[in-house]
Amino acid sequence: MQITSIDDLQKAKGTGLNQLYPDKPKILVGMATCGRAAGAQRVYDLLHKKAQQEHWDGVVEKTGCIGFCYKEPLVDAIFPGKPRITYGEVTPEIAGALWEELAAGRIPEKQIMARLDMDDMVLNGGPRKFFKGKLKGFLAKTPRYEDLDFFKLQRHIAMRNCGFIDPDNLLHYIARGGYFPLYTTLTTMTPEEVINVVTFAGLRGRGGGGFPTGVKWASCRKAQGWPKYVLCNADEGDPGAYMDRSLIEGDPHAILEGMLIGAYAIGSSEGYIYVRAEYPLAVKTLQRAILSAREAGLLGENIFGTGFNFDIKLNLGGGAFVCGESTALMASIEGKPGEPRAKYVHTVDKGLWNRPSNLNNVETWANVPVIIGKGADWYRDIGTEGSKGTKIFSLVGQVKNVGLVEVPMGVSIKDLVMQVGGGVPENREFKAIQIGGPSGGCIPKEHWDLPIDFDSLWDAGAIMGSGGMIVMDNSTCMVDVAKFFLDFLIDESCGKCIPCRLGLKRMREILEEFSAGKGSLADLDEMESLSEAVKDGSLCALGGSAPNPVLTTLRYFREEYEAHILQQKCPAAVCKELITYTINPELCNGCTACVAECPQDAITGDKKKPHSLDTSLCIKCGACFEVCKFGAVAVA
Amino acid sequence: MITFTINGKEVRGQDGWTILEVARWNGIEIPTLCHHGALEPYGACRLCVVEVNDGKRSRVVISCMYPIRPGIQVQTESPRVANVRRWIIQLLLDESPESPKIQELAKTFGVTPSRFKKAGVDFACHLCGLCVRACQEVVGVQVLTFGNRGLRKAITSPFNAASKECLGCGTCTYICPTGAMDQVFQRVKG
Amino acid sequence: MSVTFKALENILEHYPPSSEHLISALQDVQAKFKYLPPEAMTAVCDHLGVPLSRGWAVATFYKTFSLEPQGEHDVAVCLGTACHVRGAHNVYEKFRRELEITGQEGTTRDLKFSLRQVRCLGCCSMAPVAQVDEEIHGNLSQRKAGHLLRTYRTR
Ligand SMILES: Cc1cc2nc3c(=O)[nH]c(=O)nc-3n(C[C@H](O)[C@H](O)[C@H](O)COP(=O)(O)O)c2cc1C
Ligand code: SF4
Ligand code: SF4
Ligand code: SF4
Ligand code: FES
Ligand code: FES
Ligand code: FES
Repeated sequence: MQITSIDDLQKAKGTGLNQLYPDKPKILVGMATCGRAAGAQRVYDLLHKKAQQEHWDGVVEKTGCIGFCYKEPLVDAIFPGKPRITYGEVTPEIAGALWEELAAGRIPEKQIMARLDMDDMVLNGGPRKFFKGKLKGFLAKTPRYEDLDFFKLQRHIAMRNCGFIDPDNLLHYIARGGYFPLYTTLTTMTPEEVINVVTFAGLRGRGGGGFPTGVKWASCRKAQGWPKYVLCNADEGDPGAYMDRSLIEGDPHAILEGMLIGAYAIGSSEGYIYVRAEYPLAVKTLQRAILSAREAGLLGENIFGTGFNFDIKLNLGGGAFVCGESTALMASIEGKPGEPRAKYVHTVDKGLWNRPSNLNNVETWANVPVIIGKGADWYRDIGTEGSKGTKIFSLVGQVKNVGLVEVPMGVSIKDLVMQVGGGVPENREFKAIQIGGPSGGCIPKEHWDLPIDFDSLWDAGAIMGSGGMIVMDNSTCMVDVAKFFLDFLIDESCGKCIPCRLGLKRMREILEEFSAGKGSLADLDEMESLSEAVKDGSLCALGGSAPNPVLTTLRYFREEYEAHILQQKCPAAVCKELITYTINPELCNGCTACVAECPQDAITGDKKKPHSLDTSLCIKCGACFEVCKFGAVAVA
Repeated sequence: MITFTINGKEVRGQDGWTILEVARWNGIEIPTLCHHGALEPYGACRLCVVEVNDGKRSRVVISCMYPIRPGIQVQTESPRVANVRRWIIQLLLDESPESPKIQELAKTFGVTPSRFKKAGVDFACHLCGLCVRACQEVVGVQVLTFGNRGLRKAITSPFNAASKECLGCGTCTYICPTGAMDQVFQRVKG
Repeated sequence: MSVTFKALENILEHYPPSSEHLISALQDVQAKFKYLPPEAMTAVCDHLGVPLSRGWAVATFYKTFSLEPQGEHDVAVCLGTACHVRGAHNVYEKFRRELEITGQEGTTRDLKFSLRQVRCLGCCSMAPVAQVDEEIHGNLSQRKAGHLLRTYRTR
């Protein structure tokens, strides 16, 4: 279907709406990567097959991630005139039983997580109610999404379509108001107006640095040189973060539309999306989206008959974190190793192929259509003074509700962890939250009232980063965490400049001494001066921010370092050199479970009698600790 | 002409010049390792750092690539600069305690080997890339390249093997400041 | 799989001779043969008109490329932050012991398994996580890791 006029767009929207909310029942299966990992593919296949075999008069469809990752696989039932019902933990084993009920037109109560009374349709002029009148029975008692602690504070703007549409269906995207902002842009706005709106809206880059997006666009528009390139950074290398992947897998057209609007504002006709090859589903989803947009005439020449041309190429990254850095990313698109270069001349002036280039992150792009569609004033209302809008975080680690959450800027760490995340599991204690990935920092409980926005995090020594939030409890050792991030960065450093290549290695060597109970307090000062040298001396921000995890743990958890150095103790019982495993004879009942697991045959004893562990053989793998059901294996 | 200051002294240079060029023109010493007048700058060793204040903020930059701008104030010996430089020399010295060039630098800046010093490496390569650039820009072939990344980054030829394209001209060994190229050269020229 | 002229031709015909396509073309070769055979790498460089040294630099820089043949099953264990704080390192060590891999990563002598580390598979809710070939296995423990390998060994 060609979409070249407003009539076409309206028609597409009508068709799309009929597909989104048909006059028959519909079953949705969450099929982003994490859903698939939990078995969603099998669930989908089963439901789909049943529907076909039984000639069911309804639709079984896939959709993206709504964020409830801890309840995967997710299945939704949308019956005409009924609220949308979300079922959690629908494993392939129980999907059959669920099908029996749904196919018979019944809404079973089991496994219900929440209901949705309306689709708020951010971009489409107001909510669409699913039913009229009052609910009866258990449905009335089922919590609404907005009643759940997990959702109360959330506001889905970038994720607006995730979990609602089939990401491969362009018409679904249009049905919820997509590509209308592009139409408005191309037909009623000048490039300068677009830039002003984005600037005034206060949108800041979601890829880490928080640079004002409108300002970047304006510089690139002004830059001399042709052609100009518009790039999307979908390299997402931060270990423990997957917002960008989920956006792509759930709503690829939002990114394409954002780039189209940006390209118009900047004056570019060529775009690239640089996406990790390790994200096969995201790659496929983007490929399909680009194809369908091209077929519809929304990418290519003379878009909406306005004479504006723009097309997008897909480029696959090859497993190098540093390629998320702008100049390395551009080198990689050019077919070179991803080595950064000095940016004394900015990439907006000389970027890809030495031409003016504007790079933004996936989430940044996904926000753009909403800003145009709803206006800068609407957008400015959300968030804090210096950080407007929302931010998606992947809330992971030692927290009950693991998932993707999109919250207005300014929500406190405490609310995020305790309310949205439901706190840490089983009577453990919250210790710190790691924000901003390898370039970020660990923030302790004393500071958990901190509002999450670009500037307060910066002041606390962390950064917003791309949005990874890893909750740590008292079983996490901060010296070990610092080591973990250094290991990652040493592995991912391109190795070009000396402060990063050799400086990080030295920092790692000093930390290694700490975690073995060696070193002295003077080394802590040494560490700080080396950290400053690495920050100041490194070529790119990988090295430039690499000391952050070390510096923040030193700042907030100095006693823990001192315990290692002065008392040869690892309070969290993690650092292998400083811990011992023992068996408590009072608790051990001789079940022998550990004996089978111990790779060293270090555990001996008679059946049903307390066992003993030979510490001289023990390699501290922790296998016995893991299997003992009676808590008889102790580590200290 | 662009006017600015280095260590408080007013200096001038042409548009497009780097701080290093102007400094040298004015007899101000800045140590370098990966810079060579005949080759494109690469900006890897970071030894040539200076602190630049542009009126808004103060940054540590590399003088061999930073283009001069009117009114900037450049410091070549500020505490931040000295700290970066000291650490780079320390790290290099510990990697290759026997290398004459590095020993010379260490002596000038008063750096002595630390407990992390490596034993038995005389001529460690510091990946300054002079050989790679010379091979490409001066000789006009592309035999040498950086292989791998991070700590395993090394100067190699494809498949670490002798190269058909190598002319055996020895330019790379001549330009190498550490002597590390000698070994690679033997392998590459076949 | 042997490196046939035909298989290479099928890959190269998608790419006009320009250095821009080096990484994509090598990725196709990697996908096809599960590693980069030297003759294939040379052919790609010749076709695109880039010096072999550039091909070598790229092939050794990016982690997706391997220069040696890989095992039948690809075992990728996540050592991302979420998995790390939930004990992924002990699980990884279990895999290493079981597979008798001496280095950090590697391939078993019988070419049955290749073990490698990855950082975040995007399933942090199921941490610690490993991916064997296409399939993701979550909530791993050392014991489960042992089971997992046994099931693949007997497949
Ligand atoms: C080592 C390193 C890795 C990075 N990785 C990413 C990434 O994976 N995704 C991303 O969007 N930005 C990443 N960035 C930031 C980008 O360089 C760039 O600032 C960003 O894409 C700009 O887009 P924004 O203004 O929309 O945030 C990284 C930066 C560095 C230094
Ligand atoms: S800071 Fe690290 S990653 Fe960046 S250029 Fe230097 S060596 Fe490469
Ligand atoms: S698993 Fe626990 S209870 Fe069983 S033998 Fe080992 S230490 Fe004793
Ligand atoms: S071999 Fe010599 S010239 Fe080449 S990078 Fe190493 S130190 Fe520099
Ligand atoms: S990926 Fe499905 S809810 Fe997160
Ligand atoms: S001389 Fe300037 S970075 Fe090496
Ligand atoms: S950190 Fe392991 S899946 Fe994300």
